[in-house]
Amino acid sequence: MKNLPWLLIAGLVPLAGTVLIAVLPRKFEFRARWIALASSLVTLGVVIAMATQFSVGGTQKFQFVTSYKWIPAFGVNFTLGVDGVGLVLVCLAACLVPFVLLASWRDVQPGGSVKSYFGLMLVLQTVVIWVFSALDVFLFYLLFEAMLIPAYLLIGRFGGAQRSYAATKFLLYSLFGGLVMLAALIGLYVASQTLLGSGTFDFQTLSSLQINSGLQNLLFLGFFLAFAIKAPLWPLHTWLPDAAAEATPGTAVLLVALMDKVGTFGMIRYCLQLFPDASRTFAFTISILAIISIIYGALVAIGQTDIMRLISYTSVSHFGFIILGIFAFTNQSQTGSVFYMVAHGFSTAALFLVAGMMIARGKSRNIADYSGVFKVAPLLAGFVLIAGLSGLALPGLASFPGEFLVLVGSYLRYPALAIIATVAIVLSAVYILWLYQRVATGSPRGVVVGTFGEIRRREVLALSSIVALMIGLGVYPQVLTRVIEPTVKTTITRVGAVELAPTQIKDQVDKQVSKK
Amino acid sequence: MSTVLAATDGLFPAPVLEYKELAPVLIVLGAATLGVLIEAFLPRTLRFRAQLVVTFGGLGLALAALFLAGEQNSILAEGAIAWDGPARFLQGLILVLAVVAFLLFTDRKIDPGRDAFAPRVSAVPGSPEEQVLTQKLIQQTEVYPLALFSLSGMLLFPASNDLLMMFVALEVLSLPLYLLAGMARRRRLLSQEAALKYFLLGAYSSAFFLFGAALIYGYANSLRFSVIAAATASGTSSEALLLAGIGLIAVGLLFKIGAAPFHEWTPDVYQGAPTVVTAFMAATTKVAAFGALVRIFYVAFGPVRDQWLPLMWVISALTMVVGVLFALTQQEIKRMLAYSSIAHAGFLLTGVVALSPKGVSAILFYLVTYGFATIGAFGVVMLVRDGAGEASHLSAWAGLGKRSPGVAALFSLFLLAMAGIPLTSGFPAKFAVFSAASASGASWLVLIGVLTSAVAGFFYVRVIVLMFFTDPQPGQTTTVAIPSLATALALAVCAGVTVVLGVFPQIGLEVADRASLFVR
Repeated sequence: MKNLPWLLIAGLVPLAGTVLIAVLPRKFEFRARWIALASSLVTLGVVIAMATQFSVGGTQKFQFVTSYKWIPAFGVNFTLGVDGVGLVLVCLAACLVPFVLLASWRDVQPGGSVKSYFGLMLVLQTVVIWVFSALDVFLFYLLFEAMLIPAYLLIGRFGGAQRSYAATKFLLYSLFGGLVMLAALIGLYVASQTLLGSGTFDFQTLSSLQINSGLQNLLFLGFFLAFAIKAPLWPLHTWLPDAAAEATPGTAVLLVALMDKVGTFGMIRYCLQLFPDASRTFAFTISILAIISIIYGALVAIGQTDIMRLISYTSVSHFGFIILGIFAFTNQSQTGSVFYMVAHGFSTAALFLVAGMMIARGKSRNIADYSGVFKVAPLLAGFVLIAGLSGLALPGLASFPGEFLVLVGSYLRYPALAIIATVAIVLSAVYILWLYQRVATGSPRGVVVGTFGEIRRREVLALSSIVALMIGLGVYPQVLTRVIEPTVKTTITRVGAVELAPTQIKDQVDKQVSKK
Repeated sequence: MSTVLAATDGLFPAPVLEYKELAPVLIVLGAATLGVLIEAFLPRTLRFRAQLVVTFGGLGLALAALFLAGEQNSILAEGAIAWDGPARFLQGLILVLAVVAFLLFTDRKIDPGRDAFAPRVSAVPGSPEEQVLTQKLIQQTEVYPLALFSLSGMLLFPASNDLLMMFVALEVLSLPLYLLAGMARRRRLLSQEAALKYFLLGAYSSAFFLFGAALIYGYANSLRFSVIAAATASGTSSEALLLAGIGLIAVGLLFKIGAAPFHEWTPDVYQGAPTVVTAFMAATTKVAAFGALVRIFYVAFGPVRDQWLPLMWVISALTMVVGVLFALTQQEIKRMLAYSSIAHAGFLLTGVVALSPKGVSAILFYLVTYGFATIGAFGVVMLVRDGAGEASHLSAWAGLGKRSPGVAALFSLFLLAMAGIPLTSGFPAKFAVFSAASASGASWLVLIGVLTSAVAGFFYVRVIVLMFFTDPQPGQTTTVAIPSLATALALAVCAGVTVVLGVFPQIGLEVADRASLFVR
């Protein structure tokens, strides 16, 4: 069973769904939804079957490796395979899409093409699954760029009034980052040519190269810029609120909960492992930017009047946590970051979807137009609260272990920064609870009158599944951390950072106490 | 008699010509001549069909001859012509591109006046004579022999192995093009102005080339590339002659490829010429001229690379920057494509700067992808029309994706390929030239290339946004013409190549790799 090309199949299933949808006669357009849902469920099944075969702490770093020759002239192969980090992210991609599809059932406005909407979502899923499992840097770059096209079309064709502007801004930001990465990619290829004799893009070969540190710094910056735009890190985040607010809620979820993870995934996989010396050099600077992201994102979120923009800014803050954890180079912090990537995926998905359902009923993104949702639609309001609480990392929900591990791990490396970051926990309580207070409590006013109704069964199914996953991960985080930790350990060894164990800190503290 | 012949043999030996290898060029020349005879002797009603037979028959025979000629590298025609990988590759490419472009020439469905050319070029624009001719649906078919003559020059240009042959090829390819540029049926004054500009500037650049050739002759005592290379390697003659010669020849060739600062003619000519002619020359001239440029700089001036490389770096960077910045401000689709072709000349020049077999194969591959995407893009421009002919102003393209999603998607494909988006042919092409340049230490040039690509992405995407996401202005009468079968076939070929080479670039890269060595 382990020799099956699992990852290839996992990507091909949604692609097959797209082809089916594409050949669907216009008369049966509504069936596109069912085809999409079915293919995403098959994908989920394939990925779960694969995940059960994953051997934790196995001798091989990458598992389920399949490789096909593609462009020998450039030394490019179509190689897929996952380590622990890749696996959990592939699982995230497989788990989220069915619920997103379910929640987006009626997202397409009359006159829009249901076929293209659901077809594009499936294409995006294929690309995201492969981007998390690419073991060839060229292939990764290609998919990283290819991701833009379905995302761009999803925003530009199905979003709100300003969608064209938002889609173009998103595309140009990403294209710019991607092309700078291309320059670094070419540099990396040429470096491998000089060091090995013939150029290669094989990740495992490249990640054992000893590139001189001057060149490493340049290449690192090229890759990092692309990932920082994608992630997004302050000050490169401005495309996100526009794109997420103008897109349909389903697209916003795929954008923020899935695609943006490619940025932080890229930092762990490519920046750290290909350019370890440069990673150490820039770690502190990046951590400062991450702290700014955390605080700035939270403060700006508090000031938002638009629900979708508010959620986007909370994500900027959360991505700051993830990036801080990655560049603190401790076991806890990085394990926390990867865990947080998954948890943030679910909690943001829940937030965007529930907000989308509310907006679909109220026809307004303006927070001030809502009041007393709880009285009219208690279930909807309840989901807003649960999704929000996961966003503010309430213990027992998925985000908590992630945020906690990141803070504990980062404290070992940068105590001051970790302390500043904890301020954001308070701020997150402000933006979430204040949002809930304004929207759900009080007496129904504004748009929350008349036809404003409770959520349907289909929507309840989508939301409650995500909430169940959030609670599951919050109560039993080991299911993921167990898989993530071995990979994180090898990454940190590759970076060559001195491991800081909590005991060392304790010793230092003890010494200082005894001195006094 | 025989004694006389024997005597002259000693003084003036008959040249030995390798007819097998020269056959493609000779066949095209023969077809062109036949085309002239058809114009002279056949009645008007039969000419169109006869020209089609001769043109496509000639191209088919030439392609067959090229394949049958064998892959034995050699120097032909007493040293005047090189027969090697780049020459064969580019001749094949030019022939195939010409077939596709000529398919567009034959379209008689798009324009209400039937084809895209003025019924009689000598008729004064707007005169009663012209109106009568248009009403009678008179069609002229001289364009076919003219284009074939130009094509024969293009075939010789990248294969020329001495400066004189290169100059002859340059003139043979240019003169018919000057004429063709002035033959548009619509907007005739603009077309004639374009032809005149092209001719005047082209004549200047030819003069520069010829003067440079004379100086090089003074330096090396020969026009043969191999002898020039040997002379530069020994470095016994005056360096001033050599450098001035290289500079002047470079001006002549850089003009033809449309590199800054010798690019000024490109937008005017691309805009004014009939769009089919623009498609033909934008693709094939660039291929031929790059072949010639690379051959002369690699083979003849290779030993003194340190002298001219800095100049090439600067011109490459300048061309990329000028191309994308001016393209940003264009409101006319053909002018935008013209500036984009200037930017592409800059990207291609980074491959010249690489000075390695990798660089050559990268250029060859790039030219394939560029050629097909360009013909495809101009082919689509032909289809989008309003009352006065082609709807060339960008605003007329707004909302096209809603009414004709197929055509808009096709155009988007070609634009994405030009922007170098992955999974279109433009991406591996850009990657190939940039990695070759980077491997030769021109990393900062690659950085400029990548950044200008980002800017270029903006104006290509702008058109896509315009087509798909912008509502048309009220009162807009843009329509999409139903093309003839030939035009549809040409567009399908261009789209097919663009997609296939995007997904499986290995097919093209392998052939280009094998064809990357010059015979000296």
